[in-house]
Amino acid sequence: MADEALFLLLHNEMVAGLYRAAEQGEGENGRCTTKLESMGFRVGQGLIERFTKDTARFKDELDIMKFICKDFWTTVFKKQIDNLRTNHQGIYVLQDNKFRLLTQMSAGKQYLEHAPKYLAFTCGLIRGGLSNLGIKSIVTAEVSSMPACKLFLEYSVI
Amino acid sequence: WSVLVSVICSPQNYPLYIRSVPTENELKFHYTVHTSLDVVDEKISAMGKALVDQRELYLGLLYPTEDYKVYGYVTNSKVKFVMVVDSSNTALRDNEIRSMFRKLHNSYTDIMCNPFYNPGDRIHSRAFDNMVNSMMMQVC
Repeated sequence: MADEALFLLLHNEMVAGLYRAAEQGEGENGRCTTKLESMGFRVGQGLIERFTKDTARFKDELDIMKFICKDFWTTVFKKQIDNLRTNHQGIYVLQDNKFRLLTQMSAGKQYLEHAPKYLAFTCGLIRGGLSNLGIKSIVTAEVSSMPACKLFLEYSVI
Repeated sequence: WSVLVSVICSPQNYPLYIRSVPTENELKFHYTVHTSLDVVDEKISAMGKALVDQRELYLGLLYPTEDYKVYGYVTNSKVKFVMVVDSSNTALRDNEIRSMFRKLHNSYTDIMCNPFYNPGDRIHSRAFDNMVNSMMMQVC
């Protein structure tokens, strides 16, 4: 589908562009991740407003998490989250075994160290979406083997 | 004017947008809307226990005073829409109020997606003003 490739290519270029600019000008590696994450944050805010426009009201935080794992993920990445775990004390672990933004890269160890750059935007996306739903959270990601990734959500209700 | 006042309130209860019929006593309207926010909060927190249809975003008639009727609507992002209607205006039905809130919600979503809009700022948009004006003036 054409629209899927659009977002993938744009996202890859965003990451590459930001890091290129960082090498040439001032700014170290850490700032690029922050910039990507803030971009994702603002996009997440607008996206969640659109997606929840017609849904029913959410009952509780589990309801919201299920929405993120199913509807939100499906609309953005065309598939659902494969595994959701929680310790019922505000920590959620989302596992996606075939993360759409990583599938185009080789599945071995070659690019493992660069993988987190490609997750920064998505972390911001979730954080922005949750923030508009009234949940302050910290989202981090971990890639242990391409193309699977784990997202750690730590949150408190505002 | 069928609707007297339309207000959009942020989740922190400060106004993002106020549009009222130009009269001498606009402060009275602001006061009415401000007190209705309490009723909105009541209704939302009661949702866990009451038999009210919890899944709906439309809250319905918040409270009637002798001159006005106040209606509320809360989005999933905790943004509140409040509309004040003249009590003597009996032609406005529930369905019409619902559809007006939907219009407000749709336009608000468009504003959120505007890259030049910072979430939490006052809304300054001519297109939005026009939409609200035509909505508040519609003759039923």
